[in-house]
This record gives sequence, structure tokens and C-alpha cells, in this order.
Amino acid sequence: MTLLAGVRKGARGVVWYLKGILGEDAYEKYVAHHAALHAAGADDGTDGAAPHPLMTEREFWRDQTDRQDANPQGRCC
Amino acid sequence: MGAASNTTESPTALKRIPHDLAVALDPEELDAHDRHWTPLKIAIWSAISLLGGLSWVMLAVVRGETVNAIWFVFAAICTYLIGYRFYSKFIEKHIIRPDDRRATPAEYKADGKDFAATDRRVLFGHHFAAIAGAGPLVGPVLAAQMGYLPGTIWIIVGVVLAGAVQDYLILHFSMRRGGRSLGQMARDELGVIGGTAALIATLVIMVIIVAILALVVTNALAESPWGVFSVGMTIPIALFMGCYLRFFRPGKITEISIIGFVLLIAAIIGGGVVAGTDWGQTYLLLDKVTIAWGIILYGFIAAILPVWLLLAPRDYLSTFMKIGTIGMLAVAIVIIRPEISVPAVSEFASSGTGPVVAGTLFPFLFVTIACGALSGFHALIASGTTPKLIQKERQTRFIGYGGMLMESLVAIMALVAALSIDRGIYFAMNSSPALTGGTVQGAVAFVNSLGLTGVNLTPDMLTDMATNVGEESIVSRTGGAPTLAVGLSHIMQQLVGGTSMMSFWYHFAIMFEALFILTAVDAGTRVARFMLQDSLGNFFPKFKNTSWRPGAWAATAIMVAAWGAVLLMGVTDPLGGINTLFPLFGIANQLLAAIALAVCMAIVAKRGLFRYLWVVALPLGFAAVVTISASFLKIFSTTPGIGYFAQNRAFSEALAAGETSFGTAPSVEAMEAVVRNTMVQGVLSIVFVVLAIIVILTALQATWNAYRKNSSATSEDDAVQSQTYAPAGFIMTPPEKVLQAEWDALPVHKKIKIKGH
Repeated sequence: MTLLAGVRKGARGVVWYLKGILGEDAYEKYVAHHAALHAAGADDGTDGAAPHPLMTEREFWRDQTDRQDANPQGRCC
Repeated sequence: MGAASNTTESPTALKRIPHDLAVALDPEELDAHDRHWTPLKIAIWSAISLLGGLSWVMLAVVRGETVNAIWFVFAAICTYLIGYRFYSKFIEKHIIRPDDRRATPAEYKADGKDFAATDRRVLFGHHFAAIAGAGPLVGPVLAAQMGYLPGTIWIIVGVVLAGAVQDYLILHFSMRRGGRSLGQMARDELGVIGGTAALIATLVIMVIIVAILALVVTNALAESPWGVFSVGMTIPIALFMGCYLRFFRPGKITEISIIGFVLLIAAIIGGGVVAGTDWGQTYLLLDKVTIAWGIILYGFIAAILPVWLLLAPRDYLSTFMKIGTIGMLAVAIVIIRPEISVPAVSEFASSGTGPVVAGTLFPFLFVTIACGALSGFHALIASGTTPKLIQKERQTRFIGYGGMLMESLVAIMALVAALSIDRGIYFAMNSSPALTGGTVQGAVAFVNSLGLTGVNLTPDMLTDMATNVGEESIVSRTGGAPTLAVGLSHIMQQLVGGTSMMSFWYHFAIMFEALFILTAVDAGTRVARFMLQDSLGNFFPKFKNTSWRPGAWAATAIMVAAWGAVLLMGVTDPLGGINTLFPLFGIANQLLAAIALAVCMAIVAKRGLFRYLWVVALPLGFAAVVTISASFLKIFSTTPGIGYFAQNRAFSEALAAGETSFGTAPSVEAMEAVVRNTMVQGVLSIVFVVLAIIVILTALQATWNAYRKNSSATSEDDAVQSQTYAPAGFIMTPPEKVLQAEWDALPVHKKIKIKGH
């Protein structure tokens, strides 16, 4: 591995970590989960309910803050 | 030994290799790896032990003129490493007994949103950001009046044996129960009486904690146009960030956090300019009462606004600042290595007459420093979001125990920062205005009259420091935050910028603390509002519907009024506020810890692990003795400086005798205020201690019942077979590396197996 490649890998790691801590990867995780559900043949939806269509990025983030509104989490002292 | 536990606790047949690859390491192999001591391993742990031992000798035994701050850092880190490697492993093996064949809630309840498996290293940062706030920064500063040693020992030993144990157990037990909250677990384990008492105690404790955090911010912003401007600007900055994420670029959190951070720095620099203008002096030089009302109004509005507009964006900023600033302070302390000239144990440890917080070392040191050593509030976080995001059971040790060790390190750094400033300045800043008169002359006279060895305060020292940090005055800036800010700026200016940058660093630190606290105030009010609505819903069903606006607003108003009243009481208190109220904060937090540990003890007992019950009973016993005795002193002590009711009686009698001034209260109104405040504080102390005693007694009863009946009834969720694998700690062990490599080589379509039906 050249020095440049090493630096690039390190920088990617830092960005990945920062995004993870701030929660920026939430949509990617949701999409991955949705895709996995689909792949597992769970098109009938869980618990026999109608299948959930994949939310767009904008819809997802709105839904996320709305869920926080309904279920607040404490922050410590 | 290790394998036997799995069969008794997992009724269904869990497989280690359900499909292509193992989802858990072979327990025998794990055990063998732990027991296999290579020469390198022995050398590393010997070096850690030796360095740790040497550091403790330098701190506790060697008595020079000064002690270098680096020994605090080494003593802490080496002790944490040993505690993590040996004590938490012991707890894991005998009490937690994790089983990676079992799916975690993030796997079996996966919804891609609230329940989502998160990389352990990311989750560690997440969890740390949620538990660490202003608490570990403030308590150690106030406890510094007793000397450096008692606080240091309590923070380091306390976290290893108590605080981290509590966080670890609660996190794991909640995870085994699908992420159930502390309140629900208390009800499950302790029955209706214990559960209800725990719920009420949690609600009352939350009110107190929010009020006292708000008091810390109020004290830091009063009479400071610079602080008011820069902290005030965080509101429009957060609103801008919220709108940006909502309407312009959803999800671009890192991007907007960096923009927000730049704006924040601009607000700090701008604050310096504004503070120098007539306009700033006229409109932003506010007294404590005005600021307190501002925070109350802000708290109400912030708690009813939608999360996306204010809370979420400020939370990103606060996380960003938290990780950055703490890292920066750690680097600065290691590079600058300040010399500390505070005595190891000061005269106030035994006399109990310290001007910062009243009371002797036992029990008041242990309630003054709560966060950083043992913090009950963490139990609410560890039974909230975090357990729903864990990938594998064995990761709870790293996240729960390890996360708390990190918070403890923050507390040690705050202590070092506070100890590094001149001791005379420390007491001038932290003695209440009632003692110093709020003037430079008064402060100098008061501090020099304390007769502390090596302390010779001059008026110039106070005015120079005030000028350097860009404040009108630093006399009686109680609450801990301004002292920490002075300490941080004192350390940072040696690294970057020199004296001319001190004012920037000071206000940077104030901003950093205010951000956490405002987030905690807002989030605390919201959580308390939901708890109140849930309870009220039992009598008025309509309140259960949390999206019913009038109900939500009424519940919010009640909670804000509750903490607002305590805040105003602290702000107007003729006796000084922080020094009478802060013990209440610590007692509340430790009582919550006692409640959490009581729940843990009942769970451990019900699992039949009586041989190892002492692991929980030890911190529970200590927390119970400390808080109950501190509460009793606050209730029954006849010394007016310590006992709320003694103080109440003294002032009532003076009023009855027709006196128009008494002690530090200059007027009849002030005397009446003392009578009122001490009554409220005393009643709150009684409420706390009674609730905590009920919870502890019900836990003892549950433990005794479990012992007598020898039953192993469990409230855990049913075990579900796991289909995924992830390593447990920050660094992979050799066996983990081998298995991880096999998983990495697996074709993508075989990796994720979701139970579809």
C-alpha cells in the first residue's frame, strides 16, 4: 500500500466514523434493511400487513424526526 | 464452566453454526484465548500495572510542592485498562453470561429504523455522546475544594467498581428484554409498589437535574454580554440547520454540522465584538433572574417545537463539539502537562466548612461528584436507544462498561483543568456572592481570611483574569462552568494563541457547556412530559394520546413550571444557590443509581447467581449509604450550613424575633426567601429518600424471595437464533479475526438472513 492510498483509507475511515456517530448513515441502513427483507421473500410484509414501499430519502428523514417527536430520548447530564 | 450457563439460560436449542458460518465463537476457544498468556501479553500488562502503580504513588504518596497533571491521566487510564480487562471480564463471565448465538433486539426486531444493528465502534461513540454532558465537567470542579486526591480516587475507583458496572448491567439486561426502559424493568422485577416508587422518583429526579443544569448555565451567562450573545446565537444557527436538513438537503448531517460549527465559531468571535459595543452593554448585560426567565421561556418553546426544527440540529452540533473539544483538551493536557499546586487533601475535607459546597468528605464528596464516577441518569440512556442498536450480545461490555470509563476520563480532565488554575482565584470564583459581596475587594478579603496555605490573592489577579477572559468580573461565578472555562482557556492558550486568545477559549468552553445543557434541558423536559402524560393518562385517558396538543402543552407547562420554580429558587437564593442546591442534584442522581442497581440486584438474584451478588450489592450498598446518610444530614443536621431544616429554623426564629437581617440575608424578604427555599429543599430531600428506600426494600424482598424459592423465573424475551456475526471489542482478537475473515469472504446474498414469513 502506498502512502497516498494509506492516507486515503484513513480519511475514508474518519468520514465513515463521523457519519456513523452523527447518524448520517441511517438512510443507507434503512435501504439495506428494506432490500434484505425483499431478498428474503418477505414481500407479503411482516405480520401479514401490507408491504411497506421504500421511503424516499426525504420521506425517511421526515419520518425519523417525527418518530423522535413521538418518542423522545433523554440526554444525560 | 462457561458452556454450562448457556444450556440453563437458553431453553430453545440455539445453534452456534446455524447455516454456513458460525455466529458465535466457540466458548472453549474464547476461554483458551483469554487464559493463554504470551510473553508479549505479560509484558504489556506488567507495563500498564507498573505505570499505573507509579502514577498512584506520585499522586498519593509523594508530597512535593506540586504534582504534574500527567500522573492523573496515567493513573486513570492504567486503572481503567486493568478494570476493563479483568473486572469487567469477571462480570461478563459470571453475571452477564452473554451468548452470541442469541439474536439481539437489533436483529430479531430489525425495522431499519429504531431497531438497527450498528457497528460497535460507532455505537460506542453514540452511547458516549448520549451519556456524557455537563455533569462530569461540573461536579469535579466543585469537589476540587477538598483537594485533588479524594475526587481523583472516587472518580477512578468509583467508575471501575460502581458506575461502569451499573451502565453495563442495565444495558445488557435491557437488551435481553427487547430494549425495555428502566421504569418497565423496575415494575417487572419489583412489583407495583417498587415500580411506582421508581417511576415517581425518576420523574422528580429529572425535574431536579434539569433545574440544576439550567442553574449552571444561568450562572455562567449572568452579567456576561459576550456569553449571552454567543450562546443566544446557537438558537438561530440550530433553526437554520434544521430548515436546511428539512427542506434543502435532507440527511446531509455532517455537511450541515460543519457549516453549523463554523457559524458557532463566528458567533463566539462576534460575541467579543458585540460585548465591546454600547449596544451589547445595554441589551445583553443581563442579571441572573432575567436569564433564568429566558431559559424557562426557551425551555417551554423548545420542548413544544417539532424535533427537526431545534432539538435534532442542536444535538448534532453538541455531539460534534463534544467529541472535538474533549479530544482537544486531552491532547492539550498531555502536551502542556500543567503543574498542580493544590494540596492532596485540603482542610475543608474534614472541617466541612468549604465555601463551594458545604459538608465533610463523607458523604458529600460522593454526591458532589456523581457523573464520572456513578451516575444514575445513565440507566435511563442505557435502557433507551442503545440496547436497540447492539449487533451482538458480547458487545455490551465494550459499549456499556467501556463507554462509562470514557466519561470518567472526561471527569478527570475537568478536575485537572480546575486544579490547574490558581487556588485563590478558584475560591474567589466559587464562593457565593453572599460571602464575597460580589466585589473584587470583598472576594480578596474573604479568600485571604480562609487562611489557606500558599494562597495570597491580590485584586490584580482577579481583574487581570477577568480582562483576559473577556468578562466584567470573575468574582462569585459559581456553578463550576466558568471555573472549568477558565481552566480550559488557561491550558489551551499555552498551546494555541497565548494570553490574547484566552477570551476566545473561555467563551468557547462556555458555549460548549451551554450547548450540552440546553440540549439536556430540552430533551429532559420532553421525556418528563411523556412520563407525566403517561401517568396522567391512567386517570384522564385523553392524556395518553401524546399527539393531543392541549394535553401535550399542559404537561409541558407543568414540567417546565416545576423545574423553573426550582431554578428561580436557586437564582434568588440569598444563601448562594449552587452550594445549597448542588448536593440535591448529586443526591438525586445517586438515588437513581441506587434504584437502577436495586433492579439489577433483583435480576441477578432471580437468575440464581447468589455467589456473585456482591458485584451489584457492593455499589448498591455504597450508593445507598452515601445518599441516605447525605439525605439524613440534609434533613436532620443541626448545623444550619448543612441541614435544610436547621437553616429554616434559624431564619424563622430570627424573623419571629423581629430581626431585619440575618446571616447572609440582608432584608426581611431575603430571610423569608430562605425560609421558603429551605422548606422546599428539605421536603424534596424527604421525598427522594423515602422513594429510594421503598425501591431498595422491595428489591431486597425480591432478592430474598428468589433466594428462598430458588426460582429462576425470568422476564427476558425468548431466545431467538442469531444469523449474523460481529466481533465484541474495539480491537479484534485473533480468533475473531479468523471468523470475521470467513464472513467477509461470504457472498453477499448469503450474509443477511432475515426471518421472512
